[in-house]
Amino acid sequence: MTEERSAVVVRDIRKSYGELKAVDGVSFTVAEGEFFGILGPNGAGKTTTLEIVEGLREPDSGEVVLLGESPWPRNVKLLPRIGVQLQATSFFDKLTAKEQLQTFGALYGVSAGTAADMLELVGLADKANEQENKLSGGQRQRLSIACALVHDPDIVFLDEPTAALDPQARRNLWDVLRAIKERGKTIVYTTHYLDEAEILCDRVAIMDKGRVLALDRPAVLVRGLDAPTHVTLQKGLLSAVDASALDGVDEAHEDEVSLTLSTRRPAPVLSALAERGALDGLQVRTATLEDVFLDLTGREYRA
Amino acid sequence: MTAFKTLSVAMLKGFVRDKATLFFTFLFPLMFLIIFGLLLRDAGEDRTKIALVGDGSVVSALRESGALEFESYDDENAAVRKVQDGDLPAALIVRGQRIDLRFAQSDQVRSATVVGIVNGFVDRANLAATGQPPTFTFTAEKVEDATLKPIQYLTPGILSWGVAVSAVFGSALTLVSWRRKQVLRRIRLAPISTTSVLSSRILVSAGVALVQGVTFIGVASLPVFGLRLSGAWWLAIPLLLLGTIAFFALGMLVGAFAKTEEAASAAANIVVLPMAFLSGTFFPVDQAPAWLQAVSKAFPLRHMNDGMLDVLVRGKGIEALAVPAAVLVGFSLVVGFLASRVFKWEE
Repeated sequence: MTEERSAVVVRDIRKSYGELKAVDGVSFTVAEGEFFGILGPNGAGKTTTLEIVEGLREPDSGEVVLLGESPWPRNVKLLPRIGVQLQATSFFDKLTAKEQLQTFGALYGVSAGTAADMLELVGLADKANEQENKLSGGQRQRLSIACALVHDPDIVFLDEPTAALDPQARRNLWDVLRAIKERGKTIVYTTHYLDEAEILCDRVAIMDKGRVLALDRPAVLVRGLDAPTHVTLQKGLLSAVDASALDGVDEAHEDEVSLTLSTRRPAPVLSALAERGALDGLQVRTATLEDVFLDLTGREYRA
Repeated sequence: MTAFKTLSVAMLKGFVRDKATLFFTFLFPLMFLIIFGLLLRDAGEDRTKIALVGDGSVVSALRESGALEFESYDDENAAVRKVQDGDLPAALIVRGQRIDLRFAQSDQVRSATVVGIVNGFVDRANLAATGQPPTFTFTAEKVEDATLKPIQYLTPGILSWGVAVSAVFGSALTLVSWRRKQVLRRIRLAPISTTSVLSSRILVSAGVALVQGVTFIGVASLPVFGLRLSGAWWLAIPLLLLGTIAFFALGMLVGAFAKTEEAASAAANIVVLPMAFLSGTFFPVDQAPAWLQAVSKAFPLRHMNDGMLDVLVRGKGIEALAVPAAVLVGFSLVVGFLASRVFKWEE
């Protein structure tokens, strides 16, 4: 990808707080219209990286180019083109959902009507006249995203939008995020949910301790891992010994409820099982980004 | 312009919908006004009351003069007991030509006043009895002095204090809460000048100050309190606005240091409360000791208060605004500059 078409270019940025190297030489580019995820556990440096890219902090060294401009120091020309949702749900006191949007919209010179339309996009039209503190966690999060989008920016930065949400609210939010992508926006978002990033993102950067450990499409990262696929069946359909004799099976082991086969060639294994009619309770689990993280850091992923 | 207007409306809504803020802005100062207004309503009018046994020409003369009030007793012992119990400062006992005054030792000032008054009347009666023309003549006449009825100094004082409290708390708490909730960040990330944001918040505070002025003066003007405005009372409006800006700046300074709303609230109280007491919110400061008057000159609230007194109840004109306005503008500039130096966008 050429840099002229890139929405975000980050070159070797570093930021230390005393002894702590919060960001220790991070580089990446994000193409226009791309959904880019920055993943990692808490304290990995995701938020600081995002803040430097948004122009809220000055890096100790390195360079950021946003839509061809430098975001630091505060670049008023650039501000209308970027939308930022902050980690804390930051709202004005005692205003309703609609009033919040109109007030944030006013900061960008957006008309009150346009601002109110954003409620539709995030599915809060029926909550327009609720005060912000009466909304549920998921609703506030969606409102906060609507506030970031109110001025129709080209790039949207979302910092852990799905943190602390229940599974249903998370899924609702995914729909919102996909809808934003369909509008052609470039999205840069941080999360500590690896499964979510795998579903939503075009490309991900996995961060730990201030560094980018891997950067690519989720599927490519997982494939590159050369990790076995796990096929799980109901117990009793097949003995572990028979199973390990099947073509392609590396290893088979049995516990009280199921039989699990490890394979690097799932196709012949699955067709052999199908021939035997032994597909009851079938589950196929391929490697995930969590396995990638484990492989990169040598430790279990803990959000 | 639309951004400015929308922001002002948003902040006004936030203000009006916050019941605690409304209470401390309007009801709390009003409570002081009402309580002190009622308590002190009769102050300055009370005459000394003493016990009286018997009657005579001296007593009639005293009654006519209105210098003293009397509570009559038939029994001398009962009257003296009243003095012993500390209920009355003195007892006047008249038996024909003999006039005795028994006074309480503890309350020397009042006793001396009573002794002096009674003595004067007895002397005059004696002189009149001799039929001689007096060698020296003595006349006394009333003069309107600067001493005000309580409601007349309470209203300007409590108004200035109320405006100071709401401006300091309004700006300090808004700043801290916006910093904590990262609203400041959002503003920094929007293409809007900090001046627009700041001035829309000041506009709300100024509007609140004007409503406070109308409310407090309105209540104090009720017959039960009896405030009488005099002179160019409308000059209180520029004073209210300048005061709002000065104390808003003070709140910004407090808010720059405080990390939490609670800390901001405590710090604002520490700044405002002593200033209110030393600046004559609840009592006329010109009755205070000289050193305290000197100290109070250091506070902007004292000058705002002086200006309010002058234009609301002392009947003075625009010339009375010169010093308070200069002090408030100077204070706003210095404190505003300091606040902008120590201002922090983030925690």
